[in-house]
Amino acid sequence: MNIEQLTLAELQQGLKDKRFSSLELTQSYLARIKDFDATINSFITVTDELALTAAKLADEQLAKGNTSPLTGIPLAHKDIFCTDGVKTSCASKMLDNFIAPYNATVIEKLNQQHSVMLGKTNMDEFAMGSSNENSFYGACKNPWEVSCVPGGSSGGSAAAVAAGFAPAATGTDTGGSIRQPAAFCGLTGLKPTYGVVSRYGMVAYASSLDQGGVITKNAEDAAIFLNAIAGFDAKDSTSVEKANEDYTRLLSASLQGKVIGLPEEYFSDQVDSAISQSIEAAKKVLEQQGVTFKSVNLKTTEQAISAYYIIAPSEASANLQRYDGVRYGYRCDNPKDLEDMFVRSRTEAFGEEVQRRILIGTYALSAGFYDAYYRKAQKIRRLIKEDFENAFAVCDFILAPTTPTPAFKIGANTKDPVAMYLEDIFTISVNLAGLPALSLPCGFKGNLPIGMQLIGKPFSEAELLQAAHQFQQATDWHTKTPVLTKA
Amino acid sequence: MQWETVIGLEVHVQLATQSKIFSGASTAFGQSPNTQANAVDLALPGTLPVVNEQAVDYAIRFGLAIGSDICRETVFERKNYFYPDLPKNYQTSQMDAPIVEAGHLDIQLANGEEKRIRIHHAHLEEDAGKSLHEDFHGQTGIDLNRAGTPLLEIVTEPDIRSIEEAVAFAKKLHSLVTSIEVSDGEMSQGSMRFDVNISVRPMGQEEFGTRTETKNLNSFKFMEDCIALEVERQIEVLESGGSITQETRLYNGQTKVAKSMRTKEEANDYRYFPCPDLLPIEITDERIERVRGELPELPEAKCARFIEAFGLSDYDANLLTQDSTTAKFFEKTTGLCSDAKLVANWLLGDVAAMLNAQELTLSESKLTPELLAGLISRIKDKTISSKIAKTVFEKMMTEGLDADAIIEKEGLKQESDEGAIEKMVDEVLAANPEQVANYKAAPPEKRKKMSGFFVGQIMKASKGKANPGVVNQLLAKKLSD
Repeated sequence: MNIEQLTLAELQQGLKDKRFSSLELTQSYLARIKDFDATINSFITVTDELALTAAKLADEQLAKGNTSPLTGIPLAHKDIFCTDGVKTSCASKMLDNFIAPYNATVIEKLNQQHSVMLGKTNMDEFAMGSSNENSFYGACKNPWEVSCVPGGSSGGSAAAVAAGFAPAATGTDTGGSIRQPAAFCGLTGLKPTYGVVSRYGMVAYASSLDQGGVITKNAEDAAIFLNAIAGFDAKDSTSVEKANEDYTRLLSASLQGKVIGLPEEYFSDQVDSAISQSIEAAKKVLEQQGVTFKSVNLKTTEQAISAYYIIAPSEASANLQRYDGVRYGYRCDNPKDLEDMFVRSRTEAFGEEVQRRILIGTYALSAGFYDAYYRKAQKIRRLIKEDFENAFAVCDFILAPTTPTPAFKIGANTKDPVAMYLEDIFTISVNLAGLPALSLPCGFKGNLPIGMQLIGKPFSEAELLQAAHQFQQATDWHTKTPVLTKA
Repeated sequence: MQWETVIGLEVHVQLATQSKIFSGASTAFGQSPNTQANAVDLALPGTLPVVNEQAVDYAIRFGLAIGSDICRETVFERKNYFYPDLPKNYQTSQMDAPIVEAGHLDIQLANGEEKRIRIHHAHLEEDAGKSLHEDFHGQTGIDLNRAGTPLLEIVTEPDIRSIEEAVAFAKKLHSLVTSIEVSDGEMSQGSMRFDVNISVRPMGQEEFGTRTETKNLNSFKFMEDCIALEVERQIEVLESGGSITQETRLYNGQTKVAKSMRTKEEANDYRYFPCPDLLPIEITDERIERVRGELPELPEAKCARFIEAFGLSDYDANLLTQDSTTAKFFEKTTGLCSDAKLVANWLLGDVAAMLNAQELTLSESKLTPELLAGLISRIKDKTISSKIAKTVFEKMMTEGLDADAIIEKEGLKQESDEGAIEKMVDEVLAANPEQVANYKAAPPEKRKKMSGFFVGQIMKASKGKANPGVVNQLLAKKLSD
């Protein structure tokens, strides 16, 4: 059995047909992790014993016919989702000793379906980063090319799925943290509309932008996975109160008559020519499926980065104040007084990028600067939203590159934070507008995958997944897998 | 020089919700440390706040009671500062769009006039935990039971001009929040705390002087003492040519000493911004009307009703309607024993004295409307005299028994049997022939006073149980024979 090739849909069918048990699947994935993850470093914690126990339990449920769509299916979770009794580190020294006494709502829902958690994946510390290099547990490598980054912040989740350590993984996306690593690793990554997936138990980076989502091999899997984790949650006041929907319902519907908008601002010289060419080729595929294209404008694209790097750090500066060494997490040795404890605990346990963003956010919210920075950024945010509303008046989706370049070398951007921030230029506006978007594979540059992005209207996940699925019916980019070598 | 005092108050009122403002943990007072703090209160990673709708309703109720507009889109903001008993290191509070907009409260001055104190706004926020400095060997203990208790912070305009006005306002506000049942008003448990902004200016000057703020006074007395001390200090500084530093001060009510905590320069930059975990709350007309429908009787209306329905004096009715616990106790007791005047006399007399002496509130004491009504019923049906009733009341409070049980156990039942009393009268008269002779020789206008001696002797012989009416009647008859 080549488990690294199997999709969620195929695993579901295989379990149903008793071609393998959940225990066998789980053992296979754990073995693969053991063989190859020393090189990739995609997991912070592998929960082998818990996984085997959960798999046996799932097999009992399957035998009884007592099943949900994800019963018995092994999954990996970004180490930002709190898991009862298992370390949730957010890839930070600050939370290296933190074990939550509760499950995130996403985890709770997956547990109810008797899915199997294989472990917790690597990430940029507190989800701050675009390369997974900002991790207390070391950089995660791109399975396609181990000298390259897998993207971030959900780099571990993407690398784990690409490497076949898990068929699918959870991620979170604040400025592109699902879509960019999905693009870098040749996967399908969906960031739902803000409020579709509960943020309860998902460690906060920037609360008004954070959204949980999925990284999978293809759009059908993303729809199956999203079905399991989406839905209103009374524990999250920003969760949207609406009836549950079946995100797979439109997958096989034709794209005939759909209009796709192409934002002029997203197809500039900044984009690597291999990416532009891949998207041109993808357009032809879509055209053959009955899609027409229309030029649209998103004038605020350039301001989006600036607005994001005010709003996200501002929220983060407050969100991360709770890490003070008083109640849990890292506490410095022998503090001489209270202030010393606060200052040294935070200085010693937060990485450089986290400290940078806390400082930016604290500064932006300070008396005398609030209007010039935070308030202005909020105004830009409203303009970005309007830009998208205007564009969606004339099209059903927007098509754009996910990233300006394919995966870059480890260390290439670490000296220049602004260059790193520009990695997010095509993904960030979507978070500021709260829209759903997904990245899907559309080509390669050498050995490195290329992703393209589809952006939709609020709550149009089913339509986005339909478009991606239809594209994947006509292409095979999403079926490619990297060849791994043992360390 | 003549100085005028200018005072503005910020009053923190703990709302009487069952659970906290952003979590489901209980708000009950006096539990073991950290037993009422859940994951949200501990600010564990990934936890999120959910607004307690009851707290919002209580804030609306208060707003309606002070005649203010309710903000239709009220916003929670984060007030950032590091403190070990503030688990998130920010307090979720309100700044730009507080739930209760401008309103007012009228107070009664000593000269009988009314004065209107304007309320700038009132906003919802969460209380912090407590730092405990004893028993930790030089370290600090943190108790987060209080963290997240809903607070309504009520901010006045600087309309208060004297200690008396400040105290009158504070008491009026206390009466209001307890009457409309948004707070239990238990001052000793911190349910109502005052921050006092004080400045002085030469009489007649329009411009305000530099103010100081003294924080966290949790009794009317502390507030009164603190204002007196601070006004005196400011006048002294100014009269000796100095100037007032804008600062935050702390006052110790026990030692009556105040000290500077921090100056304006050292003040925190709270970096307020809207809390992204809580969307703005839209408050609809329907909600406001529903809350208006639930608004309990306001103290003024209740006072008027007590005068009208129970025939009480203005003075008694006013005292009984100061807080809803007393008012409710009064109504329930009266309902049980149907003698409003006796109930009022007891509540404002013996009961108040007992509570004062034992430093208890009515709700903390063992007294119930049933117990008090039981006692008053025995006075009414003449089972005991008013004098014996005081003894019975004391025993009720110490022994926790009802009036009937104590009367029975102690044999305190009033003696009204004419034969028995006549026997006692005869014995007393026979034992005091000299006084009887003096009485009979005295002019009639002096006789009344002289009869008191015999009454006293007879009551003593009956151990206080003889019905005084019967004693007087029989004595008059015997002495005139």
